[in-house]
Amino acid sequence: MAENETLALEIRHVTKRFPGVLANDDVNFDLRRGEIHALLGENGAGKTTLMNIVYGLYSPDEGEFLINGKKVEIKGPHDAINYGIGMVHQHFMLVPVFTVTENMILGSEVTSGPSLDLNRARREIIELSEAHGLDVDPDALVEDIPVGVQQRVEILKALYRKARVLVLDEPTAVLTPQEAEDLFQVMHQLTDKGVSIIFITHKLKEVLNVADRITVMRRGRVVGHTTPKESTQSDLASMMVGRDVILQVEKGAAKPRNVVLEIAGLTVEDERSIASVKDVSLQVRSGEVLGIAGVQGNGQTELVEALTGLRAARGEVQLDGQKLPFENPRFGTEHGLAHIPEDRHKHGLVLPYSLADNLVLCTYYQKPFASNLQRNDRAVDRNAVELIERFDVRSPSQYVTAGTLSGGNQQKVIVARELSRPISLLVANQPTRGLDVGSIEYIHNEIISMRDLGVAVLLVSAELDEIMALSDRIAVMYRGEIVTVVDAGQATREKLGLWMAGLHPGNA
Amino acid sequence: MQSSIIGSSAFLRFLKRWGVNLGIGLVVLVTIIWGYIVNDKVTVAVLASTVRQATPLVLGALCGLMGERAGVINIGIEGQMLLSAFIGFLFNVWTGNLLIAVFAAAMTGALLGLFLAFMSVSLRMDQIIGGTVINILALGLTGYFYQAGLVTQGKLQPIALGSLAEIPLIGPVLFNNPPITYTAIVLVLVVHYVLFHTRWGLRTRAVGEHPRAADTLGVNVYLMRYANVIIGGAIAGLAGAFLTLEAVGSFERAMTNGRGFVALAVMIFGRYTPLGAWGAALLFGLASAIQTQLQFFGTFNIPHQFIGMLPYLLTIIVLAGFVGRTHIPAADGEPYEKE
Ligand SMILES: Nc1ncnc2c1ncn2[C@@H]1O[C@H](COP(=O)(O)OP(=O)(O)OP(=O)(O)O)[C@@H](O)[C@H]1O
Ligand SMILES: [Mg+2]
Repeated sequence: MAENETLALEIRHVTKRFPGVLANDDVNFDLRRGEIHALLGENGAGKTTLMNIVYGLYSPDEGEFLINGKKVEIKGPHDAINYGIGMVHQHFMLVPVFTVTENMILGSEVTSGPSLDLNRARREIIELSEAHGLDVDPDALVEDIPVGVQQRVEILKALYRKARVLVLDEPTAVLTPQEAEDLFQVMHQLTDKGVSIIFITHKLKEVLNVADRITVMRRGRVVGHTTPKESTQSDLASMMVGRDVILQVEKGAAKPRNVVLEIAGLTVEDERSIASVKDVSLQVRSGEVLGIAGVQGNGQTELVEALTGLRAARGEVQLDGQKLPFENPRFGTEHGLAHIPEDRHKHGLVLPYSLADNLVLCTYYQKPFASNLQRNDRAVDRNAVELIERFDVRSPSQYVTAGTLSGGNQQKVIVARELSRPISLLVANQPTRGLDVGSIEYIHNEIISMRDLGVAVLLVSAELDEIMALSDRIAVMYRGEIVTVVDAGQATREKLGLWMAGLHPGNA
Repeated sequence: MQSSIIGSSAFLRFLKRWGVNLGIGLVVLVTIIWGYIVNDKVTVAVLASTVRQATPLVLGALCGLMGERAGVINIGIEGQMLLSAFIGFLFNVWTGNLLIAVFAAAMTGALLGLFLAFMSVSLRMDQIIGGTVINILALGLTGYFYQAGLVTQGKLQPIALGSLAEIPLIGPVLFNNPPITYTAIVLVLVVHYVLFHTRWGLRTRAVGEHPRAADTLGVNVYLMRYANVIIGGAIAGLAGAFLTLEAVGSFERAMTNGRGFVALAVMIFGRYTPLGAWGAALLFGLASAIQTQLQFFGTFNIPHQFIGMLPYLLTIIVLAGFVGRTHIPAADGEPYEKE
């Protein structure tokens, strides 16, 4: 019993400054043994920074840590691992060309003599994955497995190192709802075994469902504590953002006009010539939002990449009556196509570039950002200042590199760039992934006002709530095909769920 | 049914990955056998020369791939070889002890490796510039301090490995070589083992692919990069020693003659693996050996300058054709910053 009284982890008076940012300001946080403690906060509040400090990746300017009531020094990840701290990072820390086994043992290798003992490691991994119901193939290459499985690898990595404190930084941002449910089960199993979990997320529903206690941060400081019993989603939202947030999108009826995007017989094949998009035909009209619902991995990514010129495809696509060539992204950007990509690091930003440069990635060669061969720095700057203000990007200045921004703020930079150009079609893939409720509210409103200005919007999202909140019509995608297209008014969660599982509307 | 499909697709993948190498290997093998039947003396001479010509190339490639596997591009191999060749030569002149001379050459390479690591890991300088600094430095230093007329005290001699050396064709080619050539072959195997079968190798590759991931698991990124670049430097130093202490026995200005750059092509052609690099080095060595033979015979009416271009032509073809097709370590050339 006495053991249960001690805290698994206690963070005292942690302060961390980055150039121009006070990322953590005298933060206190405690974690009880066997609890799930949710850490909430708007984008850039300092959650990831705090966890990186606990994990020894950043050194704090001030502050101390207690583990099981004893004061400890954490000088690097090595110390953190030794003290039983494990972390699943917001952006996964896996070597893509390594196998699952190699990723698991890196840094804690099992050897026989001088050689790696991969066979023993493989056995240990299989045992561990069976013990926790986290199914992985130890011999698969990480680059070949879906994100949901990659996440299992990350959790297993921590457990393999005997973690007693597990930090999960936005683990559900990249998961399907089903995968998220599975994750929560695993989390509860772990806490039953005495593991303590710090759970970071922007999804308030999840917090209310799984957390034992909740701590909220804003602008580097802890602004409150609560429990799921004492609070509602809107309480949490206003605690995070510091004002009331309207969680429901307010929008009038759509007034669809001419067809902007006409897709006819689009087929996309992958490297092994397996079709991931099969003969898809769709229309999106000016002034409407067409949502594509579907479990991740049913061809949505490939569809979007084909439309935005990132992937080869067959079929006919017309943008505003003009044929849209494949594998030519610039044609799209020059003819009014905006793209919010799914993977912000891969397709959205140049991380080592400044914010100002990232904000003109599609237009840097056009007026007013360039005249003839010369770049106009003043215009690039002015553009950046204006967009940072308008889209509330939390950043010390427009000159810092995109890589130093918090995940959510990186997303805002992309949205700002894409929505600030004159456009006729917006292709948005998971546009609010990793954003806090305040920013989601803002971006949802932006999308709707784009719609009302006559932009055609193609929205892809794994969040059924997001699809239902924004769409005027909903297309359901399953195994590369469009199962059905319905008016948003006729769609219920239940029906969509069935269709997404492959049931044909006629039978449902 | 199922398994035959999987089997054939695995075979296809194998062909796709190794087909080119297999093809080249087959052609070379057939040529050698044919050559041996037609004229055994010349064939043995060409092959023995191939192995020796390959030595500095494979050593240079090992240096390059150790660095790049850890995420540090080293284009200063040429300079490392050149200065090591010079220092090894000087030590041979002063001490008359070839062992000390070889050791001095290796240390010179290692020191230049330390310098490169300092520039690229600690100062986070552009690694291409860092390598260029080393090349220019070596060229300048050796050019300035070289005096004509220094007399050496002999060079490393071939050691016949007992009855192994008696085997026809293989014996004189593989088992009657001077020590650095043997060392190169051993190092190929050692580096292969270390890189792919030990903890050190796993960490090295992790640091070259995703240093942050390695860091989060407690791997010391800076240490791994320093160590690999320094050890690689020592190996490049051996390549320098090969030139002055084993092959020629004296020093000439700029005597590396681009071998450090050819070594980079060898590394890429060998897909950043030691065994692959060895095969590639042998191919380049063969090109040089044939080139020398052709110049001897003067059978064809081709100006010898054109024949001399052969190895470099091969380099250009390899670099143009293979750079885009091999997997380059993802963090190659990128300095790592902790915060
Ligand atoms: N390496 C860094 N260099 C400079 N500034 C940084 C660095 N890392 C974070 N910051 C800044 O610190 C602040 C807090 O960032 P942090 O990543 O902790 O936010 P977060 O709460 O995790 O947000 P999100 O929900 O968007 O992930 C941000 O303003 C960010 O720009
Ligand atoms: Mg974060």
